[in-house]
Amino acid sequence: MTNETVISAKSLDLTFQTNDGPVHALKDVNLNVTKGDFVSFIGPSGCGKTTFLRVMADLDQPTDGTITINGVSPKAARESRAYGYVFQSAGLYPWRTIGKNIRLPLEIMGISKSEQKERVEKVLKLVELEDFEKKFPWQLSGGMQQRVSIARALAFDADILLMDEPFGALDEIVRDYLNEQLLKLWHSTKKTICFVTHSIPEAVYLSTKIVVMSPRPGRIIDIIESDLPDKRPLEIRDTKEFIDIAQRVREGLRAGHSYE
Amino acid sequence: MNKSLIPIVTISMFIVLIWYAFSIVLNSSWALDKAERNNQKLSFSELVHDTWSQKKPKLPTPHQVGYEMWKTTFDKKITSKRSLVYHGWITLSATLAGFMLGTLLGVLLALAIVHDKATDLSVMPWIITSQTIPILALAPMIIVVSSSIGFTGLMPKAIISMYLSFFPIVVGMVKGLRSPDLLEIDQMKTWSASQFQILIKLRLPKSIPFLFTSLKLGMAASLVGAIVGELPSGAIAGLGARMLSGSYYGQTIQIWSALFAAAILAASLVGLISLIQAFVFKRMMIAQ
Repeated sequence: MTNETVISAKSLDLTFQTNDGPVHALKDVNLNVTKGDFVSFIGPSGCGKTTFLRVMADLDQPTDGTITINGVSPKAARESRAYGYVFQSAGLYPWRTIGKNIRLPLEIMGISKSEQKERVEKVLKLVELEDFEKKFPWQLSGGMQQRVSIARALAFDADILLMDEPFGALDEIVRDYLNEQLLKLWHSTKKTICFVTHSIPEAVYLSTKIVVMSPRPGRIIDIIESDLPDKRPLEIRDTKEFIDIAQRVREGLRAGHSYE
Repeated sequence: MNKSLIPIVTISMFIVLIWYAFSIVLNSSWALDKAERNNQKLSFSELVHDTWSQKKPKLPTPHQVGYEMWKTTFDKKITSKRSLVYHGWITLSATLAGFMLGTLLGVLLALAIVHDKATDLSVMPWIITSQTIPILALAPMIIVVSSSIGFTGLMPKAIISMYLSFFPIVVGMVKGLRSPDLLEIDQMKTWSASQFQILIKLRLPKSIPFLFTSLKLGMAASLVGAIVGELPSGAIAGLGARMLSGSYYGQTIQIWSALFAAAILAASLVGLISLIQAFVFKRMMIAQ
């Protein structure tokens, strides 16, 4: 693995002007993400973790500071299709089959029909949904739909995957399964993944780097480099190393947030 | 099927009964006057028989209207000036022409409103204002103006139809084109989709259910427009002209049969759109 920096944020600020006065969504955020990292952003609601992800994706603009993706601005990165973005809900079009849903970004990007077909088959295999290409979204469970949405984000072969609580709406059993699958996927594709979550076990289980954030103003409290091995069976969550990291995340969350 | 049929039949029969009853009440004074002049006393059954078979009743009975419609639909050549099919076709052609123009205008306006903030702010108030003007006041002016620039016959009526039918299309389509949620728009942005691609792949498909609702309203409004357009123009053909000449000569049966012909026409046209809608929804996997 090289040490190439993929995402670099320097003293990033983002203030939303609302009717109740300014809201500091991000304040003095500094972060470097290295190629091949799996970075989780964890924190309570309003800590700016989603906003940070949206800034990387050029969906929100910072009010101050600099951020580069692959060495260029988020806008240039978006236009060069440097990242795939997975939202909280799958956002599949009910009038398109699973295959056609995955083709959607490929059609928009003007990729040839024959290559579209190839890529759809490839990414459906990656998320283990080969037999569902001709099915419609309503014929799939919520977990399967979210896998389709991951497949869609992978279809145009961006090096970075930005994921905003993709499994937040799913039950724990499905979530465990998808976490395992996502790790496998990360190993086989060598993507850089930024993953927003508010589940501590999910963050610790998945990540090489855990960014703990806190609200009002949204800021980074702690960055934890995980020393868990690359191969992670679900049982790893009962080991001491895992529990230690989880403990540190919990302490970070507690330090940055008063619950009064 | 049976379960939905029973209430419909019950209500229909109830309406027919009330109708017959009102025919007796409204037409009896004429029958009684006539009997008095002839120094007759009418029994109740004679009274009923008379009120249900007058030539120019205040309220014709269903069977009189039905017979008139049958006669003027099937017993007359369709080219005859007394054929209901002939008059119906005149109105239908203006309705369809106006409906198509209105749909086109409505969709184009909606596209402009959704994509351009200035159009939204400047045109929308005028669109709403346009519908507050009574069409009966406007129709003669449209006919006078359009005939002075050389449009006569079908065209002026189609313009009035368009004037009424574009409104539900604009309102429905603006809502439909704006129905994609923030997540869907953001998603498109992450793929760097152009406005045109967002329109074709997301906004238009999402607006289909809204479009069909609007089309049904627009079709009904178009027919009203075509009939209203026939009233002030001194038109001699069309269902509106049929109603007007009926009222000049006290031919109530003729008015009612034209009225029913218009209602049946509207129901068939809206029904046709519903059929197309069911087909499209099935293809697009939209729940009805």
